[in-house]
Amino acid sequence: MDTKADDEGNLPIVVEFTGGLELLFSNQRKHQIALPSTDENGRSANLAFLVRYLCQSLMTGRRKDMFVTDGTVRPGILVLVNDADWELEGEDQYELKRNDNILFVSTLHGG
Amino acid sequence: MPPTPCALCNASRALIIRPKNHQKLCKACFISLFETEIHNTITANSLFSPGERVAIGASGGKDSTVLASVLKTLNERYNYGLKLMLLSIDEGIKGYRDDSLQTVKRNAVQYEMPLEIVGYDELYGWTMDQVVSQIGKKGNCTYCGVFRRQALDRGAARLGIKHVVTGHNADDVAETVMMNLLRGDLPRLARATSIVTASAASEIKRSKPLKYAYEKEIVLYAHHKGLDYFTTECIYSPEAFRGSARTLIKSLERVRPSAILDVVRSGEDMARLVPAEVSGGHRGGKDVIVNEGEAEGDGGCGSANGRASGGEMADMEKQLLENDGARDNETEITVNGHKHDPNCNKSNRMPKKLRKQQMGKCARCGYLSSQDICKACMLLEGLNKNRPKTQIQVSVEEEDSSPTLTRRMEGLTVIPGHQT
Ligand SMILES: [Zn+2]
Ligand SMILES: [Zn+2]
Repeated sequence: MDTKADDEGNLPIVVEFTGGLELLFSNQRKHQIALPSTDENGRSANLAFLVRYLCQSLMTGRRKDMFVTDGTVRPGILVLVNDADWELEGEDQYELKRNDNILFVSTLHGG
Repeated sequence: MPPTPCALCNASRALIIRPKNHQKLCKACFISLFETEIHNTITANSLFSPGERVAIGASGGKDSTVLASVLKTLNERYNYGLKLMLLSIDEGIKGYRDDSLQTVKRNAVQYEMPLEIVGYDELYGWTMDQVVSQIGKKGNCTYCGVFRRQALDRGAARLGIKHVVTGHNADDVAETVMMNLLRGDLPRLARATSIVTASAASEIKRSKPLKYAYEKEIVLYAHHKGLDYFTTECIYSPEAFRGSARTLIKSLERVRPSAILDVVRSGEDMARLVPAEVSGGHRGGKDVIVNEGEAEGDGGCGSANGRASGGEMADMEKQLLENDGARDNETEITVNGHKHDPNCNKSNRMPKKLRKQQMGKCARCGYLSSQDICKACMLLEGLNKNRPKTQIQVSVEEEDSSPTLTRRMEGLTVIPGHQT
């Protein structure tokens, strides 16, 4: 019935980190992940949930504050949803779809 | 959400929302508009002349990589007639600069530009690795920043080039405006907001064509054009952006995206109110300000931009306290235009004292300086005095850096409006 999720109720998506953020995630730019299709409260998985999920399940570095402050993505980090600025997609309320590509780029590092 | 159409072509899907005006653009329109605006900045300020040889201060990071790419594009599109080349500084930091220099070398091939690399070791006899092994990690960004400014000038001189462009963006300028506002450093505020800085002694002009470009758009430009740039933070300033004025700027942008350019414009307006004797004197033409290489940021590191180093908000609080006791016998210039109300005499609203800039040449190296000995030579003197005789002493130095040097450093940094 559910065309969005796989058999285990997970959404396959690609998450990428650049601009220095990869240091927090196994020093690896591209991650293929299976995100639970619903959040803690049973609602469809959105970007806010993805960010929480990444902090809990994918982050290897200790400097969580480099990625998240005050419960949301740190100012100075750009979020692109399938190459579009997340501001065009409803920011952290954007509901993830199968095979989405989410890119986090830090602009805080040296230029 | 249905896809938003591009505000310009109305055909493609909008991927970018511009921070300064919320305009929603497709990739092609964004790239074209970004380039056109840089072109407008260049022509409005007459930054270049035909046939001019221009060195791009290249760190391999996003800003200078975008600058090189855009200048190449514009030079060809509008026939500027510029001879562009890349000038890189090798600070001598193993595992950091080695990698970023590889990026610059690839850029030289990609953009078909000659590349010149000047090293701290050949210029000063010290690599940053050696400096850090002597003084420890604390305060090393000061050395790096001071050395870098001279290094770009010296590299350009070696190439016979009189114009160096750097990748300073609107966020960098806004950050510097904020810092100097908080410090009450009007001379530096004036220099930092100027798009062109020239120094009488070195004859090397500096300019920042990306001055009005948002860092966010620079990163998006690099992303959408697929540019090859390097992003690892300098290993000696891993916390460089923590508690910094940078964080403040980024938080402002999150609340109101136009804030960054607003701060830049406010800085420019305030700079216009600074008397020429204070800012270092105008040299013909508008928006040209003489400097001794200090205008670009605050001697931080992590990039050729000399971005302010971390924790400076906390440092500044300390400095401001110290400054209260640091009023020495400076040449006094009263900023006019402020009616003095005799009834206010009891309050603290005294006219701000500003130090008059007097430029000369460093007695040791000949570099432009307001002191007999320039900042780099002062730092080198301290380093050379304490150069360890054997390798074993290096580890002992780690914790306890030279007290004389530390004292000298404090003298160099705490006095407001004081250029050394
Ligand atoms: Zn368009
Ligand atoms: Zn000198």
